Amino acid sequence: MSQFMNFANTFLMWKEGPLIWISDVLIGLTSIGIIAVLVYFKAFKWLWKEWLTTVDHKKIGIMYIIAALLMLFRGGVDALLMRTQLAFPNEHFLTAQHYDEIFTTHGTIMILFMAMPLVIGLMNVAVPLMIGARDVAFPYLNAISFWMFFFGAMLLNVSFVFGGSPDGGWTSYPPYVEKMFDPGPGENYYIMALQIAGIGTIATGVNFIVTILKMRAPGMTLMKMPMFVWSILITSALIVFAFPALTVVLAQLLIDRIAGAHFFSTTAGGMPMNFINEFWIWGHPEVYIVILPAFGVFSEVVSTFSSKRLFGYSAMVGSMVAITFLSFGVWVHHFFTMGAGAAVNSFFGISTMAIAIPTGVKIFNWLSTMYKGRIRFTLPMMWTSAFIPSFVLGGGVTGVMLAVAPADYQFHNSYFLVAHFHYTLVGGTVFGMLAGLYYWWPKMFGFQLDERRGRHAFWWFVIGFNVCFLPQFLLGLMGMTRRMYTYPSGLGWWIPNFISTIGGFMMGVGFLLLVYQIVWSVRHMPRGVADDPWDARTLEWSLPSPAPEYNFARTPIIHGRDEWWYIKRGKFEQEFVEPTIQPIHMPKSSGRPFLIGLFMFVAGFGFVFEWYVLVVLGLLAVLVLMAWRSFEFDYYHHIPVSVVEKTEKALGRL
Amino acid sequence: MAQSSAELHKKPSPQNHHHETFPWKHIVGYIISLVLTALAFGTALRLHLSTTMTLTIIVFLAVLQMLVQLFMFMHLTERIHGDTFQKIFIYTGVFFAAVVVVGTIWVMTFKSAVS
Repeated sequence: MSQFMNFANTFLMWKEGPLIWISDVLIGLTSIGIIAVLVYFKAFKWLWKEWLTTVDHKKIGIMYIIAALLMLFRGGVDALLMRTQLAFPNEHFLTAQHYDEIFTTHGTIMILFMAMPLVIGLMNVAVPLMIGARDVAFPYLNAISFWMFFFGAMLLNVSFVFGGSPDGGWTSYPPYVEKMFDPGPGENYYIMALQIAGIGTIATGVNFIVTILKMRAPGMTLMKMPMFVWSILITSALIVFAFPALTVVLAQLLIDRIAGAHFFSTTAGGMPMNFINEFWIWGHPEVYIVILPAFGVFSEVVSTFSSKRLFGYSAMVGSMVAITFLSFGVWVHHFFTMGAGAAVNSFFGISTMAIAIPTGVKIFNWLSTMYKGRIRFTLPMMWTSAFIPSFVLGGGVTGVMLAVAPADYQFHNSYFLVAHFHYTLVGGTVFGMLAGLYYWWPKMFGFQLDERRGRHAFWWFVIGFNVCFLPQFLLGLMGMTRRMYTYPSGLGWWIPNFISTIGGFMMGVGFLLLVYQIVWSVRHMPRGVADDPWDARTLEWSLPSPAPEYNFARTPIIHGRDEWWYIKRGKFEQEFVEPTIQPIHMPKSSGRPFLIGLFMFVAGFGFVFEWYVLVVLGLLAVLVLMAWRSFEFDYYHHIPVSVVEKTEKALGRL
Repeated sequence: MAQSSAELHKKPSPQNHHHETFPWKHIVGYIISLVLTALAFGTALRLHLSTTMTLTIIVFLAVLQMLVQLFMFMHLTERIHGDTFQKIFIYTGVFFAAVVVVGTIWVMTFKSAVS
């Protein structure tokens, strides 16, 4: 018994009090519930055959999006716990340790396990359909990417009920996260979760570069691609160039922690500041990795719902390429206060301000696209309209303020910074991804989301967002630093904090309304909506909703930008490469990507607790599964003409 | 293998992608890269040279390592006529690598001024 209590206290965190006990009960009930539903509907085989083993980019995209929304819930609960703690001065609802763990998981989850998979999910769903391809270039690798992300996210999520969460902030700065100061398994969880998910992300980057460069339908030159595809091409390049820096810096930190090296320790020649330097070499491009796809979505949405061609197409492309190059020359603005000297700080301050130029070009292009357009305020367009002021005023202008190095000594690590990056990441990425989700939802599922309920969610979320983060600018200027777990009364911080908490809960209501909207629409919205419900412009809307497994029965020939719009207007004639339907070559499903992810999880778990038996077993299994793939030649099949014709007939296409 | 699956989407001609030859280049490259890694570790842990000397040797080994990667794994010598994308990506990669290395050295020089 005492042995069990010892285990429960050390590993199951029962000594931490009721929050953990409640979580344990909820996790238990959810797992039982999921299994019960699967047993009741006899759905195990369906789940395995249709989803867990799929290599279909549309299904993988949907799984990314579901996982991202679950993570949004988890990160959101973290946020509300923090806002509850800060609603009043001198509150001790959470201890300092709990608060540290919660802001760490909030940041890590929201950026790496919510924003990233939402972006990658949407690009999976949309890119192949937009360029006239039948899947991505490497479908099997795509499935591996997803399961790497999924099991990486799971590894971070089990931490708080098994061994303890990371508590060093999402940036995980040494020397605090060195073993000497932070001995628990929490930081190992952070490192391994990000490493495993990072492998998947890099593979996705490679996959989409090749897909976009090699698999466009004939006639679609680079300058005829939809703007979303351009944004994904550039994002993928950024992933491939930036993520290795994160891999390296996390590997160094892991070697420090489990092998006793001194890369970032304070002794034996270690240099903690170099972690910060290396971290932001990845970290700043990462900001653009999550915002550029949102820019791509806005370009599609604005042009569709203004019923106008996108204004300044080549300026858009040029500014995204400029952002790519500039994004690798600004990383020091995250640590001006390190004191690298006037020359370094001036250089990076100016380069940071320079990034505002291409970004501004894009904003003006969207406004010019709307100008004199026939604007339809549907849900995607509403989120886009909410994005422009939030991003420009809340995120952009304050960003340039933060780029002024002398002033940054005042703003650094204050709530001013917290408000700034929430305006870019929520006002930019989250609004953008929600716009994209609403926009492509009918293409994914064949029914639309209810507008009226969506509007409720929109107003609660957007107003709550501003109520939550505008007061935080003031708090920052009043001297409140980020990551404080509680604050004394009498500093004038109470009222802005209290307002901010109200806003936080309004965003929570907005999220619940969004979920309600989805559940309601699943039950009540009519199926089989028009294949092109928005009267849109790009190729994916020429397909049935949802698109069949093979996407295009015949490969289309592309004549220009906004191909589908001009086909509908009779300016282009719809042409195909094949005169009649041919057998379609498709990849086979495989259970191994799932297993590779599972065994990476086992190995990662071994690293976390330094149980090397698990590490060796997990990595060996991964190696065997990879070798198995190398000797597999029967990994594709052909869909016969009769099946394609039958499917197309059922969809009313023949 | 993966590459051929991209190609196959365009021309569905089945049995044309069996690799008959053994991938010697990859195996030799793999062994060389393992040896180079072991040498770098040995230099740092066993040889007890001066810091400058150690750094010089491991940077030299790192450059060799990079060349092994580029030539033995990453098909740098394979020429596809008219394919400018590879060149663009390689030059961009070299540029970003240079920015990272030079930038880090520049940013981190402050420590000599501090200590």
